[in-house]
Order: sequence, then C-alpha cells, then structure tokens
Amino acid sequence: MASATTSTAAPARPAAARRERSRTVPGWVWALPPVAVLGLVFLYPLGLVVQESLAPGAYASVFASASFRDALLTTVWLALGATVGCLVLGFVLALIVAFVPFPGAKAVSRFIDVFLSFPSFLITLALLFVYGTVGMANGLWTGATGAAEGPFHFLTTPWGVLLAEITYFTPFVMRPLLAAFSQLDTAQLEVASSLGARPARIVRRVILPEALPALAAGGSLVLVMCLNEFGIVLFTGAKGVTTLPMLVYSKAILESDYAAACVVAVVNVAISVGLYGLYRVVSKRAGA
Amino acid sequence: MLVHSRTGRAASWALFAVLFVPLFAVPLLVILAASFSTHWSGAFPSGPTAGHYTAAVRGESLQALTTSLVTAAAASALALTLGTWAALAAAALRGRGRRLLDALFVLPLAVPSVVVGLAVLVAFSRPPILLNGTRWIVILAHTVLVTAFAHQSVSAAIRRLDPMYEQAAAGLGARPWYVLLRVKLPLLLPSLGAAAGLCFALSMGELSATMMLYPPDWMPLPVLVFTATDRGSLFTGSALAVVLMATTLLVLLAVSRIRTKATYR
Repeated sequence: MASATTSTAAPARPAAARRERSRTVPGWVWALPPVAVLGLVFLYPLGLVVQESLAPGAYASVFASASFRDALLTTVWLALGATVGCLVLGFVLALIVAFVPFPGAKAVSRFIDVFLSFPSFLITLALLFVYGTVGMANGLWTGATGAAEGPFHFLTTPWGVLLAEITYFTPFVMRPLLAAFSQLDTAQLEVASSLGARPARIVRRVILPEALPALAAGGSLVLVMCLNEFGIVLFTGAKGVTTLPMLVYSKAILESDYAAACVVAVVNVAISVGLYGLYRVVSKRAGA
Repeated sequence: MLVHSRTGRAASWALFAVLFVPLFAVPLLVILAASFSTHWSGAFPSGPTAGHYTAAVRGESLQALTTSLVTAAAASALALTLGTWAALAAAALRGRGRRLLDALFVLPLAVPSVVVGLAVLVAFSRPPILLNGTRWIVILAHTVLVTAFAHQSVSAAIRRLDPMYEQAAAGLGARPWYVLLRVKLPLLLPSLGAAAGLCFALSMGELSATMMLYPPDWMPLPVLVFTATDRGSLFTGSALAVVLMATTLLVLLAVSRIRTKATYR
C-alpha cells in the first residue's frame, strides 16, 4: 500500500491523512490476487470441462446411454438413503450423548472429531474384513453352522455402499447436533418432565423443534458429500455399483472418452452445486 | 437429564453401545487387527506378524508416505496462504463484493473432487501450462480441494475477532500493514493452526482427484492403499492405512500443540 502514497493529504493531521491514503487503494484491489489464482487453477479448468462437454453429439449420446441413466439413479437413491440413515442414526446417538450422559461421553465426541479426519475409503476397507466373503461375520456363520459359505454377500451391491456411507457420514450430522444440543436450556426438559411428559414426548415436542435447523444443515451437507463420494465406491470394487463420480473416472481414465466424462461431470456439478446452494441457505437460516 | 429411571438409562446406553461400537469402533479396530495378521478366515484374525509394517516403511511404501507428506505440506501451505488472503480481503469488503468472494471460494467444496481432478487434468494437459505427468499437477489439485476449507475456517475466525484490537492499533497510528502483521495475524494464529491441520488431514487422505491425475513417479499413500487392496493384498493395505492414519494423527497432534502455545503466550 506504501507505493500508493500521495502527498495530497494535510501533513498536520497524520491519522486522518493515513485514513485518506488507505482509501486511495480500494479494498477490492486486494481481493484481486486470490481471485486471479482461483480463476487460473479452478474456474478456468472448470470452464474447459464445460467447453469440452459441448462437443457435437456428446450430450445426446451420454443421455441416451443406459449406463448414465443407471448411474444417475443409483447416485441419487444412494445419496438420499444414506442421508436419511445418517439423520436418524446421528439424531439418536447425539441425543444419548447429550441428554443421557455416561462416563466417557466426552471421549466419544472427541472420537467423532478424529473420525472426521480419516479418509472415507478406510470404512470400505474395514467392511471387507467384517462382511467380506472370508470376513468375520461369514467366518462366524460357517463356524457355527458348518455351511460352506456365509450369508453375507451384500458388500458388492449398493447396500454395501449404503452401509459404508452411513457409517462414514453420520459424524458429520452428529457434530452440528451436539453443538445445538449444548445450547439447549435443560430447564425446559426438567419443566416438561416434571409436568408429566414422557421422554418420547419431550424429544418430539421440545428437542426436535430445537434440533431441526442443525438437522437440516447437517443433512444437506451429507447429501452433497454422498453425491460426490468416490473413495467408498471405488474400494467396494463392485461392477454393479456405478455412481456419477465413478462414471466420470471410468470414462476419462479407463476409456479415455473425455467428452463423455465432461458431460457426466457437468451433470454431477449441476446437481451438487444446486444442492450446496440450498445447504448454504438452510444453514444460514439455522445459524441466525 | 432426559431419562430418569435407572432401567431407561441403562436401555439407552445399551442402544448407544449396540449402534456405536459395531459401526464406528469396530472398523478402526478391524483395520488395526488385520494389519498385524496374515489370515482372516474365522471370527478373529490369525497368524500374527509385524511383517506388513517392516514392508510398509521401506521401498515403494516409504516413498509413497514421503510423497503424501510433501504433497500435503505443500498443498496446505499454498491453500492457507490463498484462503487467508481471500478471507482477509473479503472481510475488508462489504455487501455484494464480500458475498461474491465468499461464494467463489466456497465453490470447490460443492464440486465433486473427481470433477476437480478431471478439470485440472483437462486444463493442464494443454498449452499454455503443461503440468500433466509431473508432481505439480497433484499438488495443484490438492491445493484447489483444500483451499475452500482453509478459507471457511479462517473467515469464521475473522468474524469472531474483536474489531476493538485493530481499531485501537489504528487509532494509535499503526499503519494497515503493521496492524495486519502485529495484531490481526497473531490473534488469528490459533485458527490458522487449526485450518492448517484440517487441510493437512484432508490432503493426506485425498483419493478421488489423485486417482485422476497421479503420475507414476508421484504416487501418494492412499493410491498405494488402493492398488494393494485392488490386487487382493488386504493385509498389506491395512498396514499402509494404519501408517496413513497414524501419521495424520501425529501431525494433527503437533499442530494442536503449536496452537495451545500460541493461545497462552
């Protein structure tokens, strides 16, 4: 800013002069360098993806293909299912941690923070040992019944992906819920219960209305993250489960069909950015 | 206290244990157990060994670990600089300009990481900037992915900052640069540390964009975990995953120690 100094300000009042000087470089000039960098490394590449997707016939052929329609359907229902699962599970778990505290409840919330910093594919890796063809559950079953193979084969189906996504994303719902619960006035619960309300009624009439903003914010974040999830699906190694991000990867890297990959990418971005905008609106309202 | 009867409390704790332990605790324990064994054909793993770890800290695996560490450190440093600058610039703006800048820097959060990988691959495989096949394309993609997180946590911290301090400093005649370097940044240091830790952890575990563009000589650890599991060596893969988790946790711990030191000085 020193380079922009001018000698027009009166030297008698240094503080005022300095304020005058800082006005000569408007604030938006300082915003230009980061915006330029972001433009070069993010917006320009994204623009090229859109441009590439506009190759003649690309949209028509992708939209006509059954694999794209399947992937779209699978992505949407997996994301919706995982979101509902995370909301229910996260609400129940956060409820117990916050309102039926037990020794070690603090450690649980710290564990959740640590859990959030691990990559998602670890969950699928762990599930391979628990429910895989030679894993723990099937081993227990064959050991107990003497059958040749166990009953658990769902890992390579969409249900395996659903289980992994619910496991991985539930902490993302629990964290805002625990924050919201910590601000809830417990006197309300005591009053309701001394007036004779049973726990189920208190949850429904007192806690749930308070938790709704946090649930909405956490739920829409999880929905967006599920739509974009790649590691879990990749590690499942299931040929039958193709989601939109998986389709982008296989079109671009395995088939080298960049035009088709760009079309799928544009569709995926449109869905996720739209939902993320909704999440921002909802969470702003929740924060207010 | 929501449930007053003793049986009701016991029942809700039992429900918690039934849901929490198999879903969250078991997966991590299972990976840990598997990394020390050679077989898993029954209820429990068998064939205890430390061999996967001796393999995991040499040769290709060690190289992947250092690759991941270098990538994560470089991407976090770049993202922190970019995100903090943008957050500070946005805080100086009002109204529409600030909202636009915030929305722009949050956008990478909403775009799928695979698409970020594809976009970077498409853009930097052609002139004027050719980065495809070099390590820089991986670092660049990671930077794009974690910048949004850095920006979000730093701008949240700026909003919580008491404006009295900078106003007092400016009122005493401090120049804007001096206010920034001696007042604002020291006050923001704890949040910058937290943001750096978050960026580092995210970059260490990044797989989606990396799968799109890693060159053969710059293979981060998550990719190696994937290739190991993909060819069936689940136990080697778990040992590598444990190394990945442990390194991430150690770095997070170190960052949080720096943070507490800064808070109390």
